[in-house]
Amino acid sequence: MNRAVPIAAVAVFFLVLWYAGAVALNAPEIIDLWTRNGTPWTTSDLVQAAWNMDRAVLPTPHQIVADLYHTIFDYPIIDVRNRNLLYHVGITASSTVVGFAIGLVVGVALAVGIVHMRTLESSIMPWVIMSQTIPILAIAPMVVVILGNMGFTGVFPKAMISAYLSFFPITIGLVKGLRSADPLALDLMRTYSATPAQLFWRLRLPTAMPFLFTSLKVAVAISLVGAIVAELPTGGVAGLGARLLTGSYYGQTVQIWSALVAAAVLSLILVGGVGLAQRIVVGRSGGPA
Amino acid sequence: MSERHKMTPLVLLMLVALPLPLGAIVTAGASSSEDQGELTLSADSTSTPFYWWSKWHAPALLAVVIVCFYLARNTPRGARVEARWLVPTLLAGAALPFVLLAEGVELGAGVWVFLLGLVALFWHELDLLGRYQGRGRHLLVPGLFGLGIVYLWQVVVQGFEVPEVLLPPPTGIAFVFVHQLGVLWDDFAQTVLKSVIRGYIMGCASGLAVAIMADRIPFLARGMLPFGNLVSALPIVGIAPIMVMWFGFDWQSKAAVVVVMTFFPMLINTLAGLQASERIQLDLMRSYGAGYWRTLVMLRLPNALPFIFNALKINSTLSLIGAIVAEFFGTPIVGMGFRISTEVARMDLGVVWATIVVAALTGSLAYGGLALIERSVTAWHPSYRRR
Repeated sequence: MNRAVPIAAVAVFFLVLWYAGAVALNAPEIIDLWTRNGTPWTTSDLVQAAWNMDRAVLPTPHQIVADLYHTIFDYPIIDVRNRNLLYHVGITASSTVVGFAIGLVVGVALAVGIVHMRTLESSIMPWVIMSQTIPILAIAPMVVVILGNMGFTGVFPKAMISAYLSFFPITIGLVKGLRSADPLALDLMRTYSATPAQLFWRLRLPTAMPFLFTSLKVAVAISLVGAIVAELPTGGVAGLGARLLTGSYYGQTVQIWSALVAAAVLSLILVGGVGLAQRIVVGRSGGPA
Repeated sequence: MSERHKMTPLVLLMLVALPLPLGAIVTAGASSSEDQGELTLSADSTSTPFYWWSKWHAPALLAVVIVCFYLARNTPRGARVEARWLVPTLLAGAALPFVLLAEGVELGAGVWVFLLGLVALFWHELDLLGRYQGRGRHLLVPGLFGLGIVYLWQVVVQGFEVPEVLLPPPTGIAFVFVHQLGVLWDDFAQTVLKSVIRGYIMGCASGLAVAIMADRIPFLARGMLPFGNLVSALPIVGIAPIMVMWFGFDWQSKAAVVVVMTFFPMLINTLAGLQASERIQLDLMRSYGAGYWRTLVMLRLPNALPFIFNALKINSTLSLIGAIVAEFFGTPIVGMGFRISTEVARMDLGVVWATIVVAALTGSLAYGGLALIERSVTAWHPSYRRR
């Protein structure tokens, strides 16, 4: 209970700030319009108008909620003009999940290789770290265009970006996890004359699970970012990134904000899903959930 | 010391390659001569067809490969000598495809099998170096690995004649890099010097300040931390179009995106770092009669430094990404993001790749520089102790 009060206080503070900011940012334009038309106005008129402005500089939360409701429930999901927001969420979610899966496979393979082959560790580990100092998001549009030229369209190019971003935390976390087996437990396995495979499956992998899931949560969030940015150059066809781009082209601020909210909710669902998987896996293997 | 290290039998592919056709017969002036613009390896103007062994270069290189390889495996001394003899083997082997290309021969299946064997041999060499090099190993092995990748890239692009719009060869990128230095510098100045650095400093400083404030007022910390964690899972780059709308096309909007992106990692890490001081240390400070600020400056902030540096390193990459992505949504006609998006549209991938090289260099140097500073500032931290 004592946690809820501060959180609520901060949330209320942000909301107040938001509505105040909406007035501050939207008012000049409205005043400008009214003085040109010669409309008489009072302060409460101004606040009312600023909070309900079309194409506002800063739309208010209730406008965003209304837009979310409108775009989700007022159109069929399969729509000719792709007006339903859930359709775009679905597109983005699919490339996020596919990219995350590829990143998971690559990341786990790299981590297992690095832990078991010394040459691989010394030669590739610095490059794994360096690969993330390259702003891949910056070249995401190019990768999508190149892969498009090679005949790969649809989910695959976007998933590649997500995979590139998400393999890194998985590799780093899993390498650390696979190495963190208790030396005593390792000795015990040796006295049982366990084979390397048994050592891996029965000791190293279970020990690595908490590390793996912590990095999986980071990976799935970053995978979503990759998918959204990869959708920017597709010319505003489909996906949350395309919604952002068209919204910014046509000045539809409410559309941008509702796409952002949708992305945030999707991100929370994905991270929550990984958390659920963690609880199931760790719970089944008898660890502290 | 003198025992032999096993090497993968894949190395024998180099020998298997010999009976296969190394290069196809090609008449002079055929396709392979002028595929790479600046790199024109023009074929001889002889009009008679010739085989790869028609000239002495390629057979000589092959001879070097075989002799040095034999010497490397059969000198009765240790791995150091073997590693040394493998150097000419690898160099000669690596030169072979280029010599063939220069002679106007199209690379045949044999060359690719040969290269596979060479890669296996290269791996073996890395293994040897990793075992026996003392100090420089941390740089040498990954450095060589990177060189190997660049080499393969070059050979594959040239050998298969990959069109430039798909993937330019490294030499082509280097060429563009040198010749477009002015443009690249302008982009760098706009994106990094104007937007990224200002946004980075503002974002990190405000994150640090809010974290200290939240630490002073626990109520605030308890309210902020869940939001900080929430935001760290959100795709913040999405605010880029909004910021462009609010702050205009120039660097201010990019800096604003960078501020928002860097703020929360700094906040979360600093808050965690400020908790890192031990009870007993705090008690000691109290017994010295130190007040809140004195304890903060002399004990708790130094203890938080590893966390703060962690945030600084994360933010160095994030800020570059934020600025470049924000430039996709509108920018004056200069900047790395602008360059990438326009040149992709014009299919001029050389410039794009050169810009990527600049971005990668910037990111790596920033990260490396921060790591160096961290090392000297927090040298006392247990994670740097020699094991």
